[in-house]
Amino acid sequence: MNTNKQRKQKIKTSAGDKLISAITYIVYSLFAFVCVYPFYYIFINTISANNLSERGKVLFWPKEIHFTNYINVLKIPDLFRSLEVSVARTVIGTALTVIIAAFLGFMFTRESLWKRKFWYRFVVATMYFNAGIIPWFITMRNLGLTNNFWAYIFPVAISPFYIVLCKTFVESVPKELQDAAEIDGAGTLKIFFRIMIPVIKPILATIAIFAAVAQWNSFQDTLLLVTDNKLYTLQFTLYQYLNQASSLKALVNSTTSSTSMAASLASAQTATSIRMTVTIVVVTPIILVYPIFQRFFVKGIMIGAVKG
Amino acid sequence: MNFFKNKRKVRSLKEFMYIVPFLILVAVFSYYPLYGWVYAFFDYKPPFPLSMDQFVGFKWFVSMFENAIKIKQLIKVLRNTFAISGLSLLFSWFPMIFAVFLNEIKNKPFKKFVQTVTTLPNFISWVLVYSIAYCILNSNGVVNSLLMSTGLIDKPQLFLQSSTHVWFKMWLWLTWKNAGWAAIMYIAAISGIDEQMNEAAKVDGASRMQVIWHITIPSILPTYFVLVMLNLANFLSNGMEQFYVFQNAFNKETIQVLDLYVYNLAMGGGGYSLSTAISIFKSVVSILLLCVTNKVSKLIRGDGFI
Repeated sequence: MNTNKQRKQKIKTSAGDKLISAITYIVYSLFAFVCVYPFYYIFINTISANNLSERGKVLFWPKEIHFTNYINVLKIPDLFRSLEVSVARTVIGTALTVIIAAFLGFMFTRESLWKRKFWYRFVVATMYFNAGIIPWFITMRNLGLTNNFWAYIFPVAISPFYIVLCKTFVESVPKELQDAAEIDGAGTLKIFFRIMIPVIKPILATIAIFAAVAQWNSFQDTLLLVTDNKLYTLQFTLYQYLNQASSLKALVNSTTSSTSMAASLASAQTATSIRMTVTIVVVTPIILVYPIFQRFFVKGIMIGAVKG
Repeated sequence: MNFFKNKRKVRSLKEFMYIVPFLILVAVFSYYPLYGWVYAFFDYKPPFPLSMDQFVGFKWFVSMFENAIKIKQLIKVLRNTFAISGLSLLFSWFPMIFAVFLNEIKNKPFKKFVQTVTTLPNFISWVLVYSIAYCILNSNGVVNSLLMSTGLIDKPQLFLQSSTHVWFKMWLWLTWKNAGWAAIMYIAAISGIDEQMNEAAKVDGASRMQVIWHITIPSILPTYFVLVMLNLANFLSNGMEQFYVFQNAFNKETIQVLDLYVYNLAMGGGGYSLSTAISIFKSVVSILLLCVTNKVSKLIRGDGFI
């Protein structure tokens, strides 16, 4: 009797558990779908016949596949230039941010550094305050950093958070390594470049990926500081394409007539096709590096969670 | 002896010289802008330097609350800010629950897949989010196409160019972008729970829901609490990028949060001084909020988060 009751209970709970399981799978599949489908939808539209996608006929799989959209979009001079600007700021900005974070992170562990603790706090304190957007804008203008490529680089070159990450990592490296080099007569810079950099590579990779994504995604600095369209980034150009229907129409006409008079309806550029194709062009680098930083980012969060 | 001391001193100053350029950069880009707060006390007219502008004292601070139209405008902006921050706060448990049930999934590849794809939107910019919203919600987009073909609506809805449910929609996009990422914090916290506790509970005959309710959730509540407190401290700062890209003539009244208002006021209307005054005001309130929440956290958990 007793065992029967127990078994009944067991079956009951496992049935309940199964139900929960089923619901969980369904709900999470939905979440995943909601996150993946928009990217997929835009992508299949860029490779489908433009006259079909313009009328909203491409929903789940591509129709009449072609790749002329990508070829045509890269022919738009403005777009190609902003691609160059975006790539340049990402490469230069990331390199500078990483090397500075590594160097300062290392220097702030050197007990010989004059007033080390004070300067460390001087840098880290900037994490906790912000002058606000307008005073910052006026400062940048006073410094001549409007309509200037370096406005994308210098203000973000020093990132206290990354410096804290590097410092924490350097501190975990055995001190003997530095001491040995010092006895051999290596100077501070030599220790940094020859010994530290190779050892702290993992954290530098993490920082590089975060910094690169931030640079690539940055929008606000262009909005505030740049009016010269030669310096527009890809993000900003995309934003303009989304909002300025009129200039886009001119663009549509010019690209269509320049490709060929007999551009078929399926490959002729439309406002929708340009917007979608540019979206894919902008999002692709993120999706490409994403698997790499999947490996790093949890680690990054965990280090960051430790109080600096 | 003296020689060694000197040598050490030389070295310490030499190392200091290496970092001077970077300290200057920090001073210029992080400390020097604070000086810009003086613009709030002047009648700043952009092309002229500050020396040619009139010192007006607290005029701009007073003027915020002076005439009825400005008060009304400010109240509207504050209402939007409070509504959007309030919604995030109200649903701040969502990433936690998301993480808890994700952890219940036994199928590892599926779990990994869900975690990967739900985190991805966090790494794209707001412009791209807007672009995606635009592509799927415009009159020929997939949402309208499906709704039309199922007969739920008979003509395309313009979701982005509407003034209805703007706060809720903004919250939805924010959640779409951030929830998966926010859940990672909790997933890490859950993985730190002692496995023996779960085992013991199962031996005692606890069902899965009971394990979740009595073990998992209490174990990650401290993490949740810290995040809620941080959320509260940032109550006035929703950032401007999201609202800037989503704003248009139709939703301007309900989308303009404090950060966006400060931007629009200065860059749209040239009200640099007033907008600086408002942002100073905001900073002061934010610091107060941070102190209060930190104090509350100390009282409840015995540990602050600053």
